[in-house]
Amino acid sequence: MAIKKFMYVNRKAPYGTVYALESLEVVLIAAAFDQDVSLAFLDDGVYQIAKGQDTTGIGQKNFSATYRALGDYDINKIFVEQESLDARGMTADDLMPLVYEDEDDDWAEKPSISIVSRTEMAAIMAKQDVTFSF
Amino acid sequence: MAMLHIVNKSPFERVAFESCLGHASEGDSILMIEDATVGAVDGTVFSDLLKAAMADKAVYVLGGDLAARGMSEDRIIDGIKVVDYAGFVDLTADNEKTQSWL
Amino acid sequence: MKYTVMINEGPYQHQSADTALQFVRAALAKGHEIYRVFFYHDGVNNGTCLSVPPSDDRQIQKEWSELAKEHELDLVICIAAAQRRGIMDESEAKRQGMDAHNIADGFRISGLGQLIEGGIQADRTIVFGD
Repeated sequence: MAIKKFMYVNRKAPYGTVYALESLEVVLIAAAFDQDVSLAFLDDGVYQIAKGQDTTGIGQKNFSATYRALGDYDINKIFVEQESLDARGMTADDLMPLVYEDEDDDWAEKPSISIVSRTEMAAIMAKQDVTFSF
Repeated sequence: MAMLHIVNKSPFERVAFESCLGHASEGDSILMIEDATVGAVDGTVFSDLLKAAMADKAVYVLGGDLAARGMSEDRIIDGIKVVDYAGFVDLTADNEKTQSWL
Repeated sequence: MKYTVMINEGPYQHQSADTALQFVRAALAKGHEIYRVFFYHDGVNNGTCLSVPPSDDRQIQKEWSELAKEHELDLVICIAAAQRRGIMDESEAKRQGMDAHNIADGFRISGLGQLIEGGIQADRTIVFGD
């Protein structure tokens, strides 16, 4: 069966609801299937991969470190929307540095995050076969 | 390779609908269900944005959800097609893929 | 056409649980195949047999069970989401040392891989949620 393009669209902030955490759980399972996996972070979803998350004050587990492990699961197509960052007074520097080791390039460490415009994000979304929204 | 975008949030409360309009491509279809159906009404602060999207996208509204919210079909923007659940199913079959804007 | 349907919200809390049920009914009426219905997040609460809604209200969980029986639907509840929210079948209850289980007829508990596999196998994957 042909490989399908799966996209996981994240549009909600973490901790306020369970969607971010349980979306991440789906993505980790998805990595075990030989499919083409992309993640999109837009609107409030950009807060999921914000640097410096500290949950000591809310009694919830800080799961942000798990995003940094995605590269080890061969999940390295992570698209973040520029307009969503702009609207929230954020820049790429406010995001965790998500990286992967490129096996085709002597395991060189490369960034997994691509900052894309809304127009580019729309084009990427249009190419997907299956879109899971959280 | 057209996509059906399904929206279920009122444009007066959340940004999901606006975000959907900003990401739908030419030739795609947009279906309003649940609370999003109030966005089909003409003469709102949202209607100009939706009309602009209708220039190159087909827009549908789930009739039962619109009626449940007390909005009659004669109040909706010209060109928006009213469908029932069977029509909803047809839209998902006619478009090659779907994206829900939750 | 072959469908996988994902349901992310619980019954009565959010209309998406109703919409999904109506959608699946309409798809079956049109002769489409429902390959799988996958319940995630609070959607797992659609699969409890301990719900007793007022008698003049719709009976969402019961309607799923009946629809599953009539059309041999594969209704899958995510195990990780179910464990958080207290939805258990008999074997899981035994494994966790619980003295009760509450999964409704026609549902089964399994892993997230069933969702991905559903997305791979189906012609269309539709998500209902909040």
